[in-house]
This record gives sequence, structure tokens and C-alpha cells, in this order.
Amino acid sequence: MSIIEVSKLTKYYGKARGIVDVSFNVEEGEIFGFIGPNGAGKSTTIRLLLSLIHPTSGSAKIFGQDVTTNGPQIRRSIGYLPSEVYYYEGMKVLDLLKYSASFFEGDHTKRIRELSETMELDLNRRISDLSYGNKKKVGIVQGLLHSPKLLFLDEPTSGLDPLMQRKFFNLIREENARGVTVFFSSHILGEVQRLCTRVGIIRDGGIADISDIRTLQQNNYKKVRITADDLKPEAFGMPGVTNVVSESNTLSFFFKGDINTVLAKIGTVRLSDITIEEPTLEEIFMHYYE
Amino acid sequence: MNPNIYLHEFRIRLKSVLVWSLSVTGLIVFFFSLFTVFVDQAELMQELLKRYPPELLEAFGMTKMDMSSVLGFYSLVFLFVQLCLAIQASNYGFGLVSIEESELTADFLLSKPVSRVQVLTSKLLAALTSLSVTNLVVWVSTFVAITLFSGGHEYDPALLVQLLLGIVIFQLSFLSIGLIISLLVKRVRSVTPYAMGLGFGAYVLNAFGGLLGDVPLELLTPFKHLDAAIMVQNGGYDLPLVLLNVTISVLCLAAAYILYIRRDIHAVS
Repeated sequence: MSIIEVSKLTKYYGKARGIVDVSFNVEEGEIFGFIGPNGAGKSTTIRLLLSLIHPTSGSAKIFGQDVTTNGPQIRRSIGYLPSEVYYYEGMKVLDLLKYSASFFEGDHTKRIRELSETMELDLNRRISDLSYGNKKKVGIVQGLLHSPKLLFLDEPTSGLDPLMQRKFFNLIREENARGVTVFFSSHILGEVQRLCTRVGIIRDGGIADISDIRTLQQNNYKKVRITADDLKPEAFGMPGVTNVVSESNTLSFFFKGDINTVLAKIGTVRLSDITIEEPTLEEIFMHYYE
Repeated sequence: MNPNIYLHEFRIRLKSVLVWSLSVTGLIVFFFSLFTVFVDQAELMQELLKRYPPELLEAFGMTKMDMSSVLGFYSLVFLFVQLCLAIQASNYGFGLVSIEESELTADFLLSKPVSRVQVLTSKLLAALTSLSVTNLVVWVSTFVAITLFSGGHEYDPALLVQLLLGIVIFQLSFLSIGLIISLLVKRVRSVTPYAMGLGFGAYVLNAFGGLLGDVPLELLTPFKHLDAAIMVQNGGYDLPLVLLNVTISVLCLAAAYILYIRRDIHAVS
């Protein structure tokens, strides 16, 4: 079942483009990565889905319900961690979390304690005294305390130190294991690669590609690096070879196509070393922006 | 209505309500304590007032006031109370939704399972409750001040009650005008200048409107609709003006709901 169905969603801010004709689905139980550089439309898409802003045209459904008409019902089962966290400065962390929890049915006190313990968050401090990273932790607890079925994470790791990032990722994995669907927006590809099963790549307000993270890596470039005496870069001037870099005895390049053709070519050379690697998502990603 | 939002909103204004309430109490009690002095020297006062330019007297509404009667004198006090209440109500009106947007807490609130109508209704009711606390304080301090300092002079309690009953609609009008303006401008960066502008602007429009010629601009200001001096002179409300005031408030509120439901809440830019 699709948890999120977005169809031809378009948003203009006056004349400025937000997103244009964005369509994609997010399936139940998956961690969907949403990657793109700043200004590509990641936050716009999330804000549309939360009906913080209204679409110019197109539609979006969450849990099978239209976001513009059934917003309040949908948001009962949604957790949202915004990229920039701002809370009522005068409040204490615990009071803010209680206020947040009061919007959802049930008692969430235990969950608040658990989560803040995991994230090492001091509940008795004032929001105005918190550092950016600590505010981010408040945001994480706030987004998770009501055990939502769908999580929107908008660049969630900025401001967290690596240790906290790891704890946070574990937390998200745990949630996901319990069946929570995660919509993970980021411009840091490494973290998307670590966490997500599928990715949507957004560029200039439109979806550039949606694919399984494995197929994205497999059907794409191979990074080849060979070391040998008398290497001639011209010898590898064959279709599918790009980004040739030659350094004394080492030649590295990207290859896309039938792997046998390039292996046959490499076979003609007497090698002293070879590595063939999957490209990182980073490298794949750059290709969409070339 | 959402009780959580209502309580939260009421709580964050508590300090402000306290300060405003104390201020108007001080104003009423101190000002009205001068009443006996005024009455004793009423003739001297009239002499003195004659020497002022009529424009100045008009500006403070003093031409319409009989300062030697309890309610005549109180209507002058009430004018300043109204000015305070106007600024307070405008302040709450301008800040009602704009503060959340400029301090970027709107994301937090509106990503919760509540509708925009619920949010706005809860906020409005909370602001009205806050204003009513101040309103109540005005009632109490008025009766205390009059009992203490009227020096046995007679007055019409029914008329005083009418005067005080007008406070609710007076506050509501500034609340709703402030709110609608805050929704019409792109972004309210700081609430106080707007509130002072609206409060003083409306006051000045009433005070000097008569001097500007035949254009009845003053019909637009709540200070005119609920002018205490005129009410004391005529012995009651000017009903068409009160209706005009209520109509303006209702229209502003209706428009505010429409605008707020369709409003885009922008992220940090």
C-alpha cells in the first residue's frame, strides 16, 4: 500500500518556482530518501504534504486521504522534524514536549522519558538556553513521542555530532523495524545511502529520478582504477568510459555499459593492480547535476 | 476550539495582561482621585479652559465634557483607559498569528492534528479571555475609584454600566482590525510599532477628525463609535455607530478566517 501518493504536485510562490509536476509514491514500511541540493524543492514538497502551504495545482494523498481536505486527520499519525527547529523560547523542554504530546491521544510521558534518555536531552532546561544541536534533539523527541506511522525528516542531522547522528539513525531504524514509514530529506548523500531503501532525486523543482538505491548504484557507473607500466590513456577511449584521470602509472575512469567490453580491454594490459568499485551515491548524484 | 492551544495562548499573555491591568488601575485611581479638586475649583477650571485654543480642547474631547459631574469627569479618564485598551487589543491582534510566523513556531503548531479554524478560534478566544481580564479590572477599579473619590456627588449608575459594557466590543474591534492587517501584510516583523500605530492612529483620527473638515473619517474609528463623552452627553449609546463598530469587527474576523485558512506558512528564508 502506498502511504504517500503525490501526483503532479506544483507550487509557485507568486512567480517563483517551488516545485513543478512532482509525482512519486512512498510505500508502507520503507525509508524513502529525498535528495537534492538546497533550493531544489525538498522542503516545499514536505510543507505541501503537511499542508503548511497549499498547492498551486496537482494533489497529494497520505494514508489514502487528500492532504488539503483531511490535513488534521492525517497529521494524527505523522511526526515531523523540520530542518530548522524553532520553539517557544520561554518554555522549558519538558513543558514544550508535554504541549506537543497534548495534541495526540494517549499518555506519552514514558515515551518522552525514553527518547530524551536515548538522545541525552536535559528536560529541565529552558528552550532559549539550548544550543542548536540540543534544540535539534528536542525536535527529534517531539517528532517521535506520539509513535507516528509516518515520519517526515527534513535534513535531520544538521547540528548533531557524529555520535548523536548514529544514535538518531538507530532510532529511525528501530522505528522503521516497527513498521514506521520514513520520508527522509537530505542533501548529504552518505546518510541517505546508509539508511534508505529507495531514493527520489529532486532537481530544480522537478523529480530527476526515482530508483532503488541498489539499482541506482548497480545500473550506474563502475569506478575502475588500474595500475600498470606503460599505460596509455588513449587506449581506453571507448564508448562508456568517462572521467579519465591519468596519474603516472595509474589510470582511473568511470565506466557504464557492458562490463565485458571493458574487461576485455583491460585484459590486453599487464596489470600490477586493479580495483573496480561501486560509485558512491555522491558520484552518481553529481551525474544528475552535470 | 482546542483547549491545549487556548491554555497555552492564555498563559503566554499572562504577564502582559497583568502589566496592562495594573497600568489601567493606576491610571483610573490616580486620575479619578483628582475629581474632588476639580469639582471644588470647577469655576476656576472653566475659566482656565476658556483660555486654551478650542482646537486643543477639541483634541482632548474636553469641549463635550462637563468636568464637574462624576461621569463627565470619568469620561475623560475613560478616554485614556480606552487608549490603553486599544493598544493592548491591537497588540494581541497583530501578534495573534504573526508572532508564531516570525518566531517560526508556526511549523510546530500547524503540523499538529488541528485545523486552521481550530487554531484561529482557540487563539482568538484566548486573546479575548486575556482582554476580558483587563476589562474586569477596569470595572472593579472604576467602581472602587468612584466610591472612594466621588465625594458624595450623584451619578447615573446605569449610564456608567453602559459605558463599561462598551469595552468588550471596543476591544474586539481593535483585536480584529489588528489581526486582519497582520494577515494582509506579508510579514509583521515587530508587533509593538504596529499596535501603537493603530491605537494612537485611531485615537488621533477621532480627536482631530472633526477638524479635518467635512469628510467623516472619524466614523472609521472605534474611539468615535464608543465616545464616552458623547455617551455621557446623550445619556446612552449612539446605536448606529455601535452597530457600525460591530459590523467592522465581524467583517474583519470573517476575512481573517478566510485568509488564515488559505495562508501559506513559509519556512525560514
